Amino acid sequence: MSQATLRIRKMSGHAGPVPGAGTQRELQVCKLIDVTTCIGCKACEVACLEWNALPYRETLFENTYQTMPETAWNFWNLIKFNEYERPDGSLMWLMRKDQCMHCAEPGCLAACPADAAIVQYANGVVDFQQDHCIGCGYCVSGCPFNIPKFNSSTKKVFKCTFCSDRVSEGLEPACIKACPSGCLHFGTKDDMKELAAQRASQLREHFGFPNAGVYDPPGVGGTGVIYVLHDASNPEQYGGLPKNPAIPWVVKLWKGPVKWLGNLAIAGGIIAVTLHYLRYGAKIVKEDNRAEGGQP
Amino acid sequence: MHPTRRDFLKVGTIGGLAASVLGFDLAPAYAQLRTLKIARATETRSTCPYCSVSCGVLIYTIGDKAKNVTPQVIHVEGDPDHPINRGTLCPKGASLEQDILNERRLTKPQVRRPGSDHWEDITWDDALNEIAQRVKKTRDATFIEKDAAGHSVNRLESIAWTGGCTDTNEFNYLVVKAMRSLGVVHLENQARV
Amino acid sequence: MTNGWVDIKNTDLMLIMGGNPAENHPCGFKWALEAKRNRNAKMLVVDPRFTRTASVADLFCQIRAGADIAFLGGLIRYAIENNRIAKDYLLHYTNAAFLVKESFKLPEDGVFSGFDAKTQSYDKSSWNYSPGDASGKALHEPHAAAPAHPAPGAPPPPPPSMPEKVAYDFALHNPNCVFQLLRKHYSRYTPEMVARITGIPQAEFLKAAELFTSIRKDGDMKKVATIIYAVGWTHHSFGTQIIRTAAILQLLLGNVGRAGGGVNALRGHSNIQGATDMAGIFDVLPGYLKVPTPADGSFAGWMKRLTPKPAKPGQWDSFNYWSNTPKFAVSFLKALYGDAATKQNDWAYDFLPKVDRNFSWVHLWDNMYNGIVKGLFAFGMNGVAIGPDSSKNIDALKKADWLVVGEIYPDETSEFWKAPGISLEEMKKIQTTVYRLPCAGFAEKDGSFTNSARWLQWKNAALPVPFGCRLDQAILAQLFLKVRDLYKKEGGKFPDPILKLSWNYTDPANPALSEVLKEINGKALADLEDPKTKQQIKTGQQLPGFAWLKDDGATACGNWIYSGSFTEAGNLTMRRGTEDPSGLGIYPNWAWSWPANRRVLYNRASCDLDGKPWDPSRRQVWWSEAAQKWAGNDVPDFKADSAPKDHMGPFIMNPEGVGRIFAPLAAFADGPLPEFYEPMESPIDNPLHPLQTHSPVVKRFKTPADKYGSPKDGYAVVCTTYRLAEHYHYWTKNNPVNVQLVPEPFVEIPVELAGDLGLRGGEKVKVTSARGEYIAKALVTRRIKPMLIDGRKTYQIGVPIHWGYRGIAEDAGKTARTLANLLSPTIIDPNAHTPEFKGFLVKVERV
Repeated sequence: MSQATLRIRKMSGHAGPVPGAGTQRELQVCKLIDVTTCIGCKACEVACLEWNALPYRETLFENTYQTMPETAWNFWNLIKFNEYERPDGSLMWLMRKDQCMHCAEPGCLAACPADAAIVQYANGVVDFQQDHCIGCGYCVSGCPFNIPKFNSSTKKVFKCTFCSDRVSEGLEPACIKACPSGCLHFGTKDDMKELAAQRASQLREHFGFPNAGVYDPPGVGGTGVIYVLHDASNPEQYGGLPKNPAIPWVVKLWKGPVKWLGNLAIAGGIIAVTLHYLRYGAKIVKEDNRAEGGQP
Repeated sequence: MHPTRRDFLKVGTIGGLAASVLGFDLAPAYAQLRTLKIARATETRSTCPYCSVSCGVLIYTIGDKAKNVTPQVIHVEGDPDHPINRGTLCPKGASLEQDILNERRLTKPQVRRPGSDHWEDITWDDALNEIAQRVKKTRDATFIEKDAAGHSVNRLESIAWTGGCTDTNEFNYLVVKAMRSLGVVHLENQARV
Repeated sequence: MTNGWVDIKNTDLMLIMGGNPAENHPCGFKWALEAKRNRNAKMLVVDPRFTRTASVADLFCQIRAGADIAFLGGLIRYAIENNRIAKDYLLHYTNAAFLVKESFKLPEDGVFSGFDAKTQSYDKSSWNYSPGDASGKALHEPHAAAPAHPAPGAPPPPPPSMPEKVAYDFALHNPNCVFQLLRKHYSRYTPEMVARITGIPQAEFLKAAELFTSIRKDGDMKKVATIIYAVGWTHHSFGTQIIRTAAILQLLLGNVGRAGGGVNALRGHSNIQGATDMAGIFDVLPGYLKVPTPADGSFAGWMKRLTPKPAKPGQWDSFNYWSNTPKFAVSFLKALYGDAATKQNDWAYDFLPKVDRNFSWVHLWDNMYNGIVKGLFAFGMNGVAIGPDSSKNIDALKKADWLVVGEIYPDETSEFWKAPGISLEEMKKIQTTVYRLPCAGFAEKDGSFTNSARWLQWKNAALPVPFGCRLDQAILAQLFLKVRDLYKKEGGKFPDPILKLSWNYTDPANPALSEVLKEINGKALADLEDPKTKQQIKTGQQLPGFAWLKDDGATACGNWIYSGSFTEAGNLTMRRGTEDPSGLGIYPNWAWSWPANRRVLYNRASCDLDGKPWDPSRRQVWWSEAAQKWAGNDVPDFKADSAPKDHMGPFIMNPEGVGRIFAPLAAFADGPLPEFYEPMESPIDNPLHPLQTHSPVVKRFKTPADKYGSPKDGYAVVCTTYRLAEHYHYWTKNNPVNVQLVPEPFVEIPVELAGDLGLRGGEKVKVTSARGEYIAKALVTRRIKPMLIDGRKTYQIGVPIHWGYRGIAEDAGKTARTLANLLSPTIIDPNAHTPEFKGFLVKVERV
């Protein structure tokens, strides 16, 4: 088995045990986003586009600095801008980096029926495997943060990968590295929680934000992306960050009491395939295919 | 456009599970970790050409500098050793790859002739010869040796040089040498504005 | 910058004004946030708009564009009134105690003493210190005879100079001492006056003043504040004086020379610091040697004008570093002309062009418009887009004979002849020949850039130039060699400087930039020996630094301030040492910093009179009693063996040895102390002196293209131009990523103004100035509020500049093909000659 498989903790639509469950000890990785020092420069947006070589996407001017209204299948990292007037009349210009939250209990993964189209690695990263994606879009409804986005021409769903290619090689995600203000931070979940708590208390004690706090919502088991907010009691003001995100009840239902329905479908699939095999025989790979490949 | 339920069944069962039933070991394919695209690329340290912070950047190019390779950029990111930017970049620095490799780059000398409504191609030799002749003609016709009070001034007011913000120190020095030797006084730069 | 980017992390308080570093210098701005995170430092942001920088500020004040001197003058008044000043520092490190001539007059009516309305200029002889006796008492001065009309052709009278021994009053009571003049001058800048001019309500201003001066509460010297600015201060007809006001404030509070302090020009582009150092501008030669004038007459005359004598209280000492000017100048001429520069021929002084007029940027275009400039080289410099008054620049180019553009993308300047609005018929009449040469991009070139912290950093070429393009230095060299050949073959006007210019590069047609940097650093032309240390430099060896330069022709050096960058130890700009033992962000082994690898300028002032750091936790340099020398984590910016008891001033580049609160004589064209003047186009008369609204020395240009508007003509909205984080000047409109981030131009409009106009966000709006009009979509925002200026409700709007008529979106017809600088006026600062891109008047209409 490959290392990659060993590192998998959870897997969508999978019957039986997950290959790597419990076999690897790995640090939980986490992104910390301190919105109180975010300057909305969009370096993270560009770093994401560049590292993942995402193509140009036409945008429109819409009376805001925000690049587009929501993340897109080829735009995974978006700063949301909000002008917010405080009760005393003073203005705040709130900027929040929006991307996949890499939930500990991912709604997308729970909702996904395709075997291993969504995996959660032992380090907490939730990654989509487009090779396995069947384009059903269930993950979209399973996500309380409106993150997975469907590409209608390829019929696949995409989102932030946590730069799993970089992280697996020991590097930080591209957005984290680029962030010029230092509002983004990367490390273990424990360290990020500590850092976030310290910063929140500094904001309360020295900078006049009595409600400063950390956003790490328990409704999804905590997240691999946590925020420091000036006002943790009102996350909605930061471009619609949900106050108590949770996996939608339909998804819970689908994965809980009615899971047997899914299993039935899978069993049906197996029967169908068996019948197919009996009828047409096994597919035989021709010997000369290799020679055509041109590899010695 | 959403896939139909039929698509789902087709892909989900036949494509996925069929193989497993047939005894192929699918496990390695559960998660194909993407490979690091810069793993063996050549890394060159440079300086961002945009603002005056002068962030260190790493430019990744294809090939390992072997003779038979023409390098081309595949990625740019910040230099983590650089004391100021420490690996970070802004949205302009982070998009440098597409500044270096850009289909809008000018790649041949052109000339627009008097009264013309279009560019014509011109060879480098012809362009430089024509420009050199124009410089000399303009200079010889307008060079000022003395001012009204009879002081020696030795200056050329009719030719101007305006330099850009990404000119290196060394290039600026060569400009000062060449232009001041011609007598140029209209010598200006982005530094002024 | 007096300090550096990383050094900002050492501050306790930041005033960010006239700059928007979060937007324009994001990677440097991290150190400001680091100070907040690590030291609980506070950030005060003053800007016409609530910017990205303001979004992380602790206090934001919205100011009217161009009212900065009023705000800063108000801070000076507040600091003095509340005794929040650095008393010892002020007395010993500035000219606060110096006595000024009694004939000097403050500008209560809007003009300083010596103004000549006919020439719109000052006779500055009264802007001088009084000569003093040994006890500092002012000597009686004979009345200067009325200036007689000199006979034609007679040499002009020598300019007045500062007295060698200056009169002083260390008690600071004398009404003519600089401190008392300062107090009196800014006593008029009351909170009420500040509010009338700036539009910042009194209560807000007082909050800001309390915060900024809080670091000197009870005279404690431990804390430090920094002032950070950029082109928001330079783009005014009084830009230099805004920066002067900031410098005065920092001297008053004792913040200059200290870690986490200083007056920090962030500058704009990658190597404009280097371009300034290397004299890419008309009025200096490399290393800030002022260009010779016709009246100088000879090398000696030039040196006499440039080389100052110390001017100070008798018992103090002054290093007066510019006393070495002849060494720098001779070495420069030796670098240029080698053996052709000899003592006998005045070091080839005759070869240098003599300058007696203003040939700066806006004058250049004016002179082209008037037929004087016939040929223009524009290498990476898009003059049409940059403006000001782009349509005047287009009209000027129509009159030129030829234009040579070196670029990597198609730009507005090279295609001025097909600018929007020019018909085919008109195009046929444009006789200008335009050459467009494809150059190399940054990644294809090596060489050094100097950042705003004065660090010279070498960069390596990562890939070859694209097929068909050439390196800039190769183009220049080949062109120069062709011109030289023509002069060799055909002769012509004054060919000597061209024929004799030293161009001894291994490949003259494509000089290696490392060879050029070696030449800039300088080498010995004869064997040299330091009389004290007996250290020897052999003929041909690279010089270790500018201290070795000679005025007898024994050294050659292209730019004295860069001497030390490429020594016998190699190219120090390539150094990559990441160690920072002091933790102050000095990084002494990273690259190389001018001068002499110092990272914080004037760092002697970080210590008290005895040479001990004001704050022991931020130790930069100190006097070592044991070694009888200055030592430190940084290179001391001082005479190494001058003991504190000798009282040498820390500002070694001033002949006074101290910081200038009062700037004597010809230092500035518009006054020895900064006074608030309105922008050339202002919504109100100057509340300080309504009869003298604008700076009296600022002149308008006079071609038919030069138009200026006023509220009487219906121009009543204050307009400021600026830059966005997502775009870089006029380049990134060619980069799909940046175009994606902000796809098209817009105009920022206050919600209230939009309401008046019945305008909604995203609808088109027309902005008109006396020069032209600009149509773009409206971004309706609460981040610019209407202001009360001198009792009148006044709107401000903002126009980002990044678009033109060549770009991805422009070429696709997806956006307006228009230039923001069609709006800006041809008005320049009288000292730095920078145009007034900010704070001009417009009308705003719904389209």
